[in-house]
Order: sequence, then C-alpha cells, then structure tokens
Amino acid sequence: MLGRLTWSAIPWGEPIPLITAGVVGAGLASILGLIVWRGWFPYLWREWLTSTDHKRIGVLYCGLALAMLVRGFSDAIMMRAQLALAAHGAPGYLPPDHYNQIFSAHGTIMIFFVAMPFVVGLMNFAVPLQIGARDVAFPVLNAVSFWLTAAGVLLVNVSLVVGEFSRTGWLAYPPLSETAFSPGVGVDYYLWSLQISGLGTLLSGINLVVTILKLRAPGMGYMRMPVFVWTALASNLLIVAAFPVLTATFAMLLLDRYCGFHFFTIGAGGNPMMYINLIWIWGHPEVYILILPGFGIFSEVIATFSGKPLFGYRSMVAATMVICMLSFMVWLHHFFTMGAGANVNAFFGVMTMVIAVPTGVKVFNWLFTMYGGSIRFEVPMLWAIGFIITFVIGGATGVLLAIPPADFVLHNSLFLIAHFHNTAIGGVLFGAMAGYTYWFPKAFGFRLEERLGKAVFWCWLIGFYLAFMPLYVLGLMGATRRMQHYDDPNWQPLMIVAFAGAVLILIGIMLTVLQLYVSIRTREHRRDTNGDPWVGRTLEWSIPSPPPAWNFAVLPQVEGLDAWWTTKQRRLDGADPGGARAFAPFHLPRRNPTGFTAAFFAVVMGFALIWHIWWMALGGVAGIVALGLRQAWRTETEVEVSAADIAAYDQARMAGGPA
Amino acid sequence: MDRNADISDADPHGPDRTPRDEAPGARGSGRERLNAYMTGLALSLLLTLASFWSASTSAIYGPGVPILLAVLAIAQMGVHLVFFLHISSAPDQVNNFLALAFGIFVVGLIVFGSMLIMANLNHMMVPMDRLTQMQR
Amino acid sequence: MTVAATPIEEIPLSLRGPAPTRVLVGYGFWLFLLSDIIIFGVFFAAYAVLSGETAGGPGGPQLFERGRVLIETGCLLASSFTCGMMAIAATRRARGTTFFWALVTMALGATFLSLETIEFARMAASGAVPQRSAFLSSFFTLVGTHGLHVTTGLVWLGVMIAQIATLGFSAAVQRRLLCFTLFWHALDIVWVGVFTIVYLGAH
Repeated sequence: MLGRLTWSAIPWGEPIPLITAGVVGAGLASILGLIVWRGWFPYLWREWLTSTDHKRIGVLYCGLALAMLVRGFSDAIMMRAQLALAAHGAPGYLPPDHYNQIFSAHGTIMIFFVAMPFVVGLMNFAVPLQIGARDVAFPVLNAVSFWLTAAGVLLVNVSLVVGEFSRTGWLAYPPLSETAFSPGVGVDYYLWSLQISGLGTLLSGINLVVTILKLRAPGMGYMRMPVFVWTALASNLLIVAAFPVLTATFAMLLLDRYCGFHFFTIGAGGNPMMYINLIWIWGHPEVYILILPGFGIFSEVIATFSGKPLFGYRSMVAATMVICMLSFMVWLHHFFTMGAGANVNAFFGVMTMVIAVPTGVKVFNWLFTMYGGSIRFEVPMLWAIGFIITFVIGGATGVLLAIPPADFVLHNSLFLIAHFHNTAIGGVLFGAMAGYTYWFPKAFGFRLEERLGKAVFWCWLIGFYLAFMPLYVLGLMGATRRMQHYDDPNWQPLMIVAFAGAVLILIGIMLTVLQLYVSIRTREHRRDTNGDPWVGRTLEWSIPSPPPAWNFAVLPQVEGLDAWWTTKQRRLDGADPGGARAFAPFHLPRRNPTGFTAAFFAVVMGFALIWHIWWMALGGVAGIVALGLRQAWRTETEVEVSAADIAAYDQARMAGGPA
Repeated sequence: MDRNADISDADPHGPDRTPRDEAPGARGSGRERLNAYMTGLALSLLLTLASFWSASTSAIYGPGVPILLAVLAIAQMGVHLVFFLHISSAPDQVNNFLALAFGIFVVGLIVFGSMLIMANLNHMMVPMDRLTQMQR
Repeated sequence: MTVAATPIEEIPLSLRGPAPTRVLVGYGFWLFLLSDIIIFGVFFAAYAVLSGETAGGPGGPQLFERGRVLIETGCLLASSFTCGMMAIAATRRARGTTFFWALVTMALGATFLSLETIEFARMAASGAVPQRSAFLSSFFTLVGTHGLHVTTGLVWLGVMIAQIATLGFSAAVQRRLLCFTLFWHALDIVWVGVFTIVYLGAH
C-alpha cells in the first residue's frame, strides 16, 4: 500500500536530524498558526501564492534562496566544526555516514536551491523593468517555474525527516549512485527533487529569453540594452541549452535505478564515465549561468556608484556572448584525471585558459569605469569592490587548475574546494547580495539599513578569507575533499582558522536577518520617495517604488543607452518638460492558481516515486494533467486596466513626488 | 476582453497592425504553403528511399555508405525545416534561425564531443584482466 | 518625438517595441522544442557510445527489420504532410476540413505507434529487453522517448480537436495549433536521425 515507506523511515535513533526536524516543524507550525489566527491567508493566497506578477515572483525566489542559505550554511558549519576536531585519531562528533549526507546536501542545496533561485529571482525582478516591459512573456509559466523550484526545495527538506538524503556528493556519480551501492531512498530524493526543479528552471530560461528578445520597449535596440539584460540573456540561453542535458542524464540514472537499465552500471556494458562526461556538459555551463548575472549586477552597480557610464559597453557585450559560447567548450577540465589522454586534456586545458580572457576584459572595464569617477561607497559598491578582489583570486586559481599536470596533483583536493568557493562566494553570492541591496528599495519602497549592511559585508569578506585561504594551503599539503577525519596533526591549526572564518560568516548571516527586521521596523527613515534612491541610470529607476502592477503607465520611448540617465539630463537641460501624458488602456494577466497547485501535485508525485507508492504517483500525474486541461479551457485570463485607473494612480503619485 | 478574442484587438503586447518578426512555422498564404508542403513531401520521400536503398545495396563503396547516409539525413532535416517549418534567413526569421543554429551547435558538441572523449577514455582503459591482476 | 514620426517600415525590427502574443508563443515554443532536441541529442550520444556494448547478447543487425522501419517512416512523413494540410485549413477556419486532416494525422501517428509497439514486443519476447545490455538500454530509451513524444502528440491533438469543437478558432486555440504543428514536424525531424543512425547505421 505504501511502497517501501515504513515508520523506520523517521530517524528515531539520530538526535541531530530529529531535533532539527522538531525545531523547524515547530517554527513552521507557529508561522502557519500566526497566519491563520491573524486572518492573513486570503491576502497571501490572492497576492502572493497565485500571483503572476514578475516582481512578486522575483521576491519569492529571493526569499526562498535566503531561507535555504541558512539550511545550506548550517551543513557547512557542521563540516567545518567536524574537521576542526577530527585530527590525528580524534573521531569528531559526526559519524562518517552522516557526514557524507551533509556534504552532499550542502552542495546540492547551495547550487540548486540558493544560488539558482537567487540569481533567477533577481533576473525575474529586474529584467522586465530594465527593458521597459510590463511583465515577462509568459506570466503563468513564470509562476509555475517558481512553484516547481519550491517543490524541489520541499522534497529535499522532507528527506531530513522521512528517510535519508544521498551520500554521493552534489553530482551523484555512478557506480556509487546506482542501486547496487545506494539501495536506499537518498539518491532518489536527490534525483526527483532536481528533476522537478530543473523543469521549472528550464521553463524560466525560455521565458526570459523570449522576454528579452521580443518584449523590449520601442527604441531599445540590442545595443541600447543595459549590460545586466545582456548577461541575463546569455545566462538564460545557457539554461535553455544546458538544463536538458541534466534532465536526460538524470533520466538515464533513474532508468538504471528503477528499471534495471545499464547505462552507467558496472557490467552488462554500462559505462560510468559516460555519466561524468554528460553531467559536466551541464555542470560547466551551470556555473556560468550563475556568474553571468552577477557580472551584470556589478556592471550596473559600478557604473551607478561611480557616477559614470560603464566603460567599454561594446566589449562588455562581446565578452559576455563569447563567454556564453566558450562555456560549452571547456567541460572536460572537471575530469582531467579520468584518463582521456594528453591530447584531449591539452585541448580542454587551453580552452579553459582562453575563457579567462573575456572575463579579464570585463574586470578591466569595471576598473576603468571606476577610474576618474566620483565613487560613493554605499553597500552595493562595497560588495562590488570585494568581488573584484576576491573573484580575481578565484579566477587565477582556476587558470592554475586548468593546466592538466597541475590538476593531476590538485584534483579533488581542498585547493579545488577553495577555488570554487572563491568564485562562487566572491562572484555569485557577493553579486546576489549587491543585487539584493541595490534593488530592495525598488521592490519595497524603502532602503535597507546601511550600517548593518556594511557589517554584513565585512563579516562575509573577512569570514570568507579566513575560511578559505587556509584551504588553498591545505590542498597543496595533500588534504582531500569530502574527508571526515585526517591523520596529519599539522593540518589542524589551519582547519581551526577555517572554522573561525565560518563562524564569522555565520554572524554575517545572522546580521542579514537582523538587518531585514530593523529595516522594516524603521522603514519610514529610509523611504524611497522618488523611485530613484541611488541616482540610477537605467529604466527601473524611472518608475515609483514599489512599482504599480503594470510597471510603466506609458511604455518608454528609448533613444539611447542608459535611457533613464539620458532622460534626466534632458530634463535638467529643459529639453523635456515631462508634464501631462495621455494614457491608453491595456490588459494585465490575472492571478492563477495553476503554479501552486501543479507544485503540490509534483511533490505528491515525487514523494510517491521515491517511496515506490505507485498508485499515489499516478494520482500526482493525473492531478497535473487535470490542471493542464483546466488551464487550457480558461478563457478569462486577463483584466483590463482603464485609462482612468492609470490616471488616478498617476495623480496620487504626483502628489507624493513624480516618477 | 480575453485571449479568445481576435488577435488583432486588445492584444496586451500591442495591436498586430504592423509587420513584425514572425513566429516560426507561420509564414505565407494558403497557396504558397500548400506548394511548400507538397514539395517538402516529395523531396523527403525521395531522400528517405535513397537512404534505405543506400544502406542495403552493394553498388556503393562500403566505407562511403555512412557518409552518404549522414548527408541524406542532414538534407532531409533541411527539407523539413525549410518546407514544413518555413525557417529561412529572411529578416523576420533571424531570431528563429539563430536559435536553431545555437541548438545545432550544442547538439553537435554533445554528440561529437562525447563520442571523441569516450573513445579516448575507452582506448586508454586498462583491460579487465590486467586490472584484476593489478589488484592482487 | 522623432521616433514616432518615422514610418514603421523604416524602423529596424529590433526597435519596434513589444511583439504580439502569437510571435511570443511561437518563439517560446520553438525554444522549448530546441531544448527537447538537446535531450534527444544526449540520448543519441549515449546510443553512439554504447551501441557496441551488447554484453554477449543480440545486436542491431540481429534485431532490426528495415521493412517495418520504412513503413513507419512513411507513416510519420505522411502525417507531417497531413498536419500541414490541417494547419492550412485552420488558418481558413474551416472546421470540417480541419477535423478531417486532424483525424488522418492521428490515424497515421497511431499506425506508427502500433508498428513500433509490435517491434518492441517481439524484441522483448525473444529476450532482447533493455535490462539485457547497455546497447539495448540505450536503444529502448532513444526510440522509446521518441515514441512517448508521438503518443503525447496524439493526446494533444485529441485535446486540440476538443478545443476547436468547444472554443472555436479563437486566438488562443490558433496559437496552440501552431505549437502543435511545430511539435509534430520536429518529431519527424528527430525520426530522420533515428532511422538513419539506429536502424540504417546498424551493420
């Protein structure tokens, strides 16, 4: 009846997951209770759970990412604590079996459920505003994408309490991930939650490419798009091209596990090396999917806070598109040691070094933008400067690793761990925090508290260097990744320094939460009254904060790069008096429950497939099909916004300060 | 007004009065399209029969058959794209064409890249009996 | 303002502002199809790498019957043509003709599927199951995925007939028909790759 699900799936004998589950469960229950008691549910359902507005969905994505950052980081600090203790015969406090689940969960969560949602959320929020559009191309699909990602998050978190997570690292290499060596539910949790959220990501990628290519305001040709939009385009093109590879590869592993196929098994002709080849064809573009929007955010932030146009716009665009193409041609550098031979290794080693060149072009352009500008050291700019220093170090170690003979020594050592955290934290996370701080006032109408913001930045910056620079040294000393204990007592002092860095980052995360709380409480002191708190250059600063549902009352007529800056200059020169505008009515998409309910059925289907409850899985699929048919027959999909409504809104804003 | 109304009015993205870039597969009048489909069908049939014939005949130099099959297959895919899907290099089809080119680039990398890499890996693999010997 | 005074024909396509819904849907679906083709690309790559790994079991030349494959190919090609006929009828809003060509397309697609099912059943009965070897795993996955797509297409076509019957030729229904025709033609393109590489390539 219930497949292989039994009461023993709950980890009665393991205090750590049990207590965590208890605490989290109590927390969730109290939040739900508060919502019900205060009667907030109708509002939440109407305005958030069924919203098709890209701004709301962007906020949901970022909120999800920040919540999962806490989960992923708790895994990290547990590992650092274990390694600080487990030297030279000491056992530490985490049994190896448990440790393996923790490092697998840490990587999976940080990449798929922190970095991806954060980056996708910021692109969702800002891209339509920067191109002068009213929403993305497919608003209902956008909601479906978000809720499918949330479904994946839910499944991963359920694995903590019901069953176990995988112990196969964040990429689940066979043969370890095959049924013979991982017969439990862990790998199945991993595979199904990622298949579900991966579908959401692919749909979101298609959505944003169509939006950028087909929904720009009149006059915004390609060479007048903000650089963030260019990087978003490149990132989403990579999503559309790379995520199908992940889906297909996981499908083959699932067929091996569920139906006894032989793609990656040992024996009967299977080839585990093929999995590694295919998964990295996805895996390398994935890291560029994450970093490119980060580069875009920094381009916007550096130009804005230097008070100058971005240096070298054309070369920035060219570098972005070159990185997009090249990111598909370097993947073998993740498995130099698997034995393809010197010729193949040499080709991919050279290509990897080549891809550093356009990135270098970008760094120089940022530096030249800052040079001669009047720099304002606001929080987003601090993140940008921290990024330039940190990411360049990480990129340099990447070029070191690109040399196959060096990689033969350093592959899978702590040096590698230090390198990718250097680029992921220095690039992706710093970029996400910069974007979060930069666009927060646009989303909510008030700025985040500055002093706490600076404290968060310094905790992360110093914490990062303390936590990861020792790992470069340890890697060169021979320490490998994914180890639960080690014999050499000389490594322990460095491990302790690394743990101290992790504690500093923990303080940074706690301060982020505090900053949000304080900012909301004292928001009247930092109201964004005119929609342009940073004196920005791009179109999102030309509308009120928070924007109305329709973003732009009149679609802007774009005549050059940095459209908003140009408009402001012309107003100062008296050339464009603004004044009364003629409003035409338009349609907005209605809210739609399909996203939320589809995700519900996806969770049911995923959970059932993991535990082999076949009737329930069929039920989940049937539910999704029924929802699709319901949506196909939905004819009332839009609501009209009349000219009178827009005029009334505009009058009210004029009284408080024009946009 | 809803999505079931005529597309020319109340389109949230602007009335369709002006010529714009075209959706893939949507070009042309009825007569043009009928001709396109007929031509496409005839060419595809020819190419299909040519493929099946090449694979089973001994009239063609053996090692050349795979290359001929590849050429015929690519030609037929092109026939489908041009005659059934109306992809071309006209200005209003540029985005569609570029997307297709990107897709072909990626598929080519995946298929040929994997074949090359796996062939090299398999070639370098120690034979199983030597491997078990090494483990003693 | 200067831009508004310029006649629309002189403004480059990329500067004309937001595109109509039909273009958005068509292009979005085209991108989705390309992502689907990349999935097939991965399965082709796996087949190419694993086609020699028969683990002592039967290989392609022992199992494949080219005659049946030729008939299957003919069915699918014909159904691509009839799908085109259906698209022309739909543009002219001719309900009866649209239904006729839709049903012919369905019949041809169903014939293709039954022939393929017979092939799979025969193979399974003789012990050539996907669990036997990596070659058979990759064969069944590649060809089976294509077959699943054809099945989904037929179900979709059924839904479209129901939509035309209940909602008429509204803008949304026309857009979905456009997507269906793109999908159906793309499946035929994938099949060209399948019969060339899998069936004719086995020697």
